[in-house]
Amino acid sequence: MTQTHSLQKKNSRTGRTALWVGGSAVVFFLIAILVNQTPLKETSLRLFFGRSALNFTLRAAVPLILGALSGILCERSGIVNIGIEGMMLAGAFGAFVVKVATTALPLPLSLFLATLAALAIGGAMAFILAVLSIRYKVNQIISGTVIITLAAGLTTYLFNPDWVSKGKFSNITIPLLVKIPVIGEVLFNNGLLTYLTLLLVVVTQIMLFRSRWGLRTRAIGEHPRAADTMGINVNRMRYINTVIGGMLAGLAGAFLVLEAVGQFKEGMTAGRGFISLAAMIFGNWTPVGAFGAALLFGYTQALQNEFLLAGVTAVPRHFISMLPYVVTIVVVAGFVGRSRPPAAEGQVYESEM
Amino acid sequence: MEESVLEVRDITKQFPGVLANDHVNLQLHKGEILALLGENGAGKSTLMNIVYGLYHPDSGEIYLNGECVTVSSPRDAIARGVGMVHQHFQLVEPMTVTENIILGSEVMRNAVLLNIDAARQQVDDLSREYGLEVDPDAIIEDLPVGVQQRVEIIKALYRHAKILILDEPTAVLTPQEIEDLFRVMRRLVEQGHSIIFITHKLKEVLAVAHRIVVMRNGGVVGEALPAESTEGSLASMMVGREVILKVPKGAAHPGEPVLDVSSLEVTDARGTKVVNNVSFQVRAGEILGVAGVQGNGQTELVEALTGLTRIGGGRITLGGQDLSGGTPRAFTEQGSGHIPENRHRYGMVAPYPISENLVLNQYYKAPFARGWGIRDYPAIDKHAQRLVELFDVRTPGVSTAGGSLSGGNQQKMVVARELGRQLSLLVAAQPTRGVDVGSIEFIHSQIVKQRDAGVAVLLVSAELDEIMALSDRIIVMYKGAIIGEVNAAEATREQLGLLMAGVHPTA
Repeated sequence: MTQTHSLQKKNSRTGRTALWVGGSAVVFFLIAILVNQTPLKETSLRLFFGRSALNFTLRAAVPLILGALSGILCERSGIVNIGIEGMMLAGAFGAFVVKVATTALPLPLSLFLATLAALAIGGAMAFILAVLSIRYKVNQIISGTVIITLAAGLTTYLFNPDWVSKGKFSNITIPLLVKIPVIGEVLFNNGLLTYLTLLLVVVTQIMLFRSRWGLRTRAIGEHPRAADTMGINVNRMRYINTVIGGMLAGLAGAFLVLEAVGQFKEGMTAGRGFISLAAMIFGNWTPVGAFGAALLFGYTQALQNEFLLAGVTAVPRHFISMLPYVVTIVVVAGFVGRSRPPAAEGQVYESEM
Repeated sequence: MEESVLEVRDITKQFPGVLANDHVNLQLHKGEILALLGENGAGKSTLMNIVYGLYHPDSGEIYLNGECVTVSSPRDAIARGVGMVHQHFQLVEPMTVTENIILGSEVMRNAVLLNIDAARQQVDDLSREYGLEVDPDAIIEDLPVGVQQRVEIIKALYRHAKILILDEPTAVLTPQEIEDLFRVMRRLVEQGHSIIFITHKLKEVLAVAHRIVVMRNGGVVGEALPAESTEGSLASMMVGREVILKVPKGAAHPGEPVLDVSSLEVTDARGTKVVNNVSFQVRAGEILGVAGVQGNGQTELVEALTGLTRIGGGRITLGGQDLSGGTPRAFTEQGSGHIPENRHRYGMVAPYPISENLVLNQYYKAPFARGWGIRDYPAIDKHAQRLVELFDVRTPGVSTAGGSLSGGNQQKMVVARELGRQLSLLVAAQPTRGVDVGSIEFIHSQIVKQRDAGVAVLLVSAELDEIMALSDRIIVMYKGAIIGEVNAAEATREQLGLLMAGVHPTA
């Protein structure tokens, strides 16, 4: 009796959270539709709910979503990946170099090769992290920091400001769906990598909770010994997950260079890897949760942008520029105690056999 | 001739400094419950870990169904039909029962996705077939340990284990849960399984085993049938000498209340009230036993009463002084001694020498401190010499690291430090956990001696026998609250067991 009772309590608690989040999202979009479709659009509400704010939100969120997915894959299997920032930066640089080198090729092929390069470089950086953390048992915060430093140093050293990349992923409009007021215009008129990211959220969510790989991943991140005695090769899975995670971080870099900006700049990830980690924690290590958190952080960046563009002067612009970071700190500080990381995260696993 | 499903021949296993298994021979017959009895450190678990592939023997052979095999890993053991339920469950806490059971041998819908519905059905079938009641969709961490244990057994059965090794399975169960487990064990052997049951509890062996093998110091010292044995005869075999199972203890002469706890509350990190409105008194010269299944707030109660955790409400008065929210040192200064349930975490500093471990509660005072942060080491050593002798800590010397002692001697060291000064209150939590029978005898007699000297004793233990043997009064904790109080002289196991399971006497 008592067990079912506590279970119900738990379910109703998560249920209530979901209701809350879903409810506020619905209200948000209703307001957004009203603001964009009615004479309200001339008011200052436009700053908060205008189409451009929403578009910017999604664009700012994409690298955060990919970064958070990267973190989820690694940490769910027990490897702390603080090096996402570095993998992203290296991926961005790799994409840029290959894009510049293949300018002669048709644009789609060139973009495809550049994306592959970003995946490969992100994966390679993650492999270094995995080898340091698993094979050489280096503290995982240290090995992550190594990755960040390595990426920052190498990309700065190798970067040639004379290189120019031409062309990027252009928006693909999905017919019919795009006609949905506001939401359709925001969601269904994007570049390929944005669609891919949205798809990856759904795929990772399903894989993590419905597939054999997901079951085993969650088990080795929580209780590797239990998984080991049931015949699961803990460290091999950790290698695989970390490398796939690195590829996702690399993809985030590719997005920045090939879809958002079109060029590479030194240090262009600007802390996005760290904000991704915040989104992962805020989203309680679930892809859908991290997606929501990344949208929230993206929205704060959009607001910052809208305020600056509109020339809001009531508040000094420096404070406006702080907005995304302040929100990140507040949210993470408030949630860090409440969300629950995988129990075996950051711990070296040594089989006794 | 009975068919032997498992036989180990001449198994030897040497660990650094310890000969854990010394030419051990053992046979398990088909359809029997074999009890492997012995003290901590007798080599039972080592032997079973060898059979299960966790350790490799230095020499010797293992025969399964008459065939000589090498078991190189647990996977190997599982594949050969051997399942083991460890003392520490190998369960992934935030996952469901079904997910835990299928982990590693999943039921698939296609190459990628799991078929959770089919898996749930299989779990349900197994649980019905063997009377192992469990909700397949429950999350492990929400389940009581007794149910978690059933999950472990189903996990083995799901992998078609015919031989089950249960390592100290009753240590964490209530008396009723133990009965349930025995019922399941009998049903399993009726259906053709064979069970090895590792334990050091004599009552249980006599209740459920078909045959008993006793181990001591890494070797098998004898075999017995339950019908021809008594607790006394088994205990002597186990320890190698006559053992006094009953603590000699006269009537209590309680005096004034020393510890007064009123409406105490403790809230954990998740916001749950783990100690809920608890009030009681302990008087000078009496032992108040706190019974309960582990995890019902006893740990937090003790932490509150020793200043190790912040209290959420209520009052703690010790010797007339309000110590609510006091630091551990405030409690110590007020004459409270604490034998912690987890000696490695709270009771000792393993790399420190015994001498320093013995002054952890008084090192800052004369005669051990000389001012300016300087210790008086000759005084510390002298103090240690005296306590080591008085409390029978077996060690080469007082400069030996505390952590290098055996479990029983470590515990005696902790007891020596806490009882080695004038006390008004003694809080003893699981004072004999992981300790050999000889040391248990000694520690029990020391606790009674403190009582007779007029100390108020609060004894918290998950071992019902210990509670019943030592206490003058017994309170039972269930879900953070006191569910009942009984006079120790009139208490029965059944009565306490029901209280421990949350069945209120009036209901």
